[in-house]
Amino acid sequence: MGIHRFTQNGQHIVLDVNSGVVHVVDKPAYDVLGVFSGGNDDEVLAAFSDSYDPEMVAEVMDELRSLIKQDVLFTPAIDAVSTFNERPLVKSLCLHVAHDCNLRCGYCFAGTGDFGHGRGLMTAAVAERSVDFIIENSGQRRNCELDFFGGEPLLNMDVVRHTVDYVRRREAQTGKVFKLTLTTNAVLLDDDIIAYLNEQNISLVLSLDGRREVHDRMRPCADGSGSFDEVIARIRQVVDSRNGKNYYLRGTFTAYNLDFAADVAAMADFGFVQLSVEPVVAKDGDYALKEEHLPVLFRQYDELAAHYLQQRRAGKPYEFFHFNLDLENGPCVAKRLSGCGAGHEYFAVTPQGDLYPCHQFVGRDEYLLGTVFAGVKRPELSQRFRKTHVLTKDACRNCWARFFCSGGCHANAELFNGTIDEPYSLGCELQKKRLECALMIQAQLSLDGKK
Amino acid sequence: MMKHITTINKASLQQTLKTGGCGECQTSCQSACKTSCTVGNQVCQK
Repeated sequence: MGIHRFTQNGQHIVLDVNSGVVHVVDKPAYDVLGVFSGGNDDEVLAAFSDSYDPEMVAEVMDELRSLIKQDVLFTPAIDAVSTFNERPLVKSLCLHVAHDCNLRCGYCFAGTGDFGHGRGLMTAAVAERSVDFIIENSGQRRNCELDFFGGEPLLNMDVVRHTVDYVRRREAQTGKVFKLTLTTNAVLLDDDIIAYLNEQNISLVLSLDGRREVHDRMRPCADGSGSFDEVIARIRQVVDSRNGKNYYLRGTFTAYNLDFAADVAAMADFGFVQLSVEPVVAKDGDYALKEEHLPVLFRQYDELAAHYLQQRRAGKPYEFFHFNLDLENGPCVAKRLSGCGAGHEYFAVTPQGDLYPCHQFVGRDEYLLGTVFAGVKRPELSQRFRKTHVLTKDACRNCWARFFCSGGCHANAELFNGTIDEPYSLGCELQKKRLECALMIQAQLSLDGKK
Repeated sequence: MMKHITTINKASLQQTLKTGGCGECQTSCQSACKTSCTVGNQVCQK
């Protein structure tokens, strides 16, 4: 498949899959591309003899041929494999500093914090060893990433502080640079913690689901009361304290709020500008998303994309994570083919120091890879993750979105299909829709800039 | 100047076959979204 053509927000768009080039075309060119393959002029002329002037069809085909000559249309497939080093480099760890939580979110993949394996807090010793694990296994790579995750990481703030101190010492000794992130429900943020997180330049991922009733339904406190009022006050405080920078507001939508575009708009109305709202991943339960929800969800993304553009043009812009495509300076092919890195570049560490391919695999015993003390004890499983990417998966190999999604989430594939070789199809459909919206937005913004 | 087509960006994907692979970029799931893998949203760190 050389191109993907679609219409979004009234605009006809063509993506040349193998070069990554995006073209905005008029209706005749869009229609001609449904038949044109480079050398079948007679067939194209016959197909449109009743609808378009033959001279115009010939003119369109001339333009298309000129694009083919420039290698920006029907570009041949990239058959190269990843050019990364043969030896995998560990880039990132997700530190589960607390397998415990102070909220009882209905959709939590961590089973309200304990990942099905009992509640517990990480010790300073496990955290220090984790930092050393990444340093020892990151080779010449300078940048390292550490995400304080849970459960709720602020339940173990002493160990977070200890770990950050240790990271700073080890940075000075090794020349490595750590990017630190903390994912929190915000409940325990206070003046002292906020000041500390700002001083240490720790990026925050703050959980909020949008409208009050939506948030409270799925994110109650342990006593069943809603958490919205408390959470939004804390989030506002921390975001203001860092001048609106270095954070993402991160929500989840479910079958209970299929009209999630209203939740993104609500977050923007609250004054937040770094937004990410994700579909819930669940197999069972009334809140799980199903195939039958797709048409309404697609329309929601249409609405959201239109709202995003409208707000931007009105001078009230916000960022929506999935619309932030960089068409000129995106990742290299090697990166695009290498997937998310789970199991070889990226690991999750439990409070006990166990290593899993990622945070979503934690608690799935058959995916236990080793420990931060003993290292990866199942290199064949790690290699299996490394060697499973868009070119090895049947559903991905010819998909037009393959260079943008890198093959989707292994954990979701395993959850729904019992194997990391077969992607989670509902996730793929939503991903493709988001990409179409993102490509339209980037094309439109580029055209706005040329006016 | 084309009448029917406006090209938005330059071709870059193929060129990165020669220049890419330094590995300094982030893992794809370490940013705002912990539930979907969106490498396309990232920027090259070179």
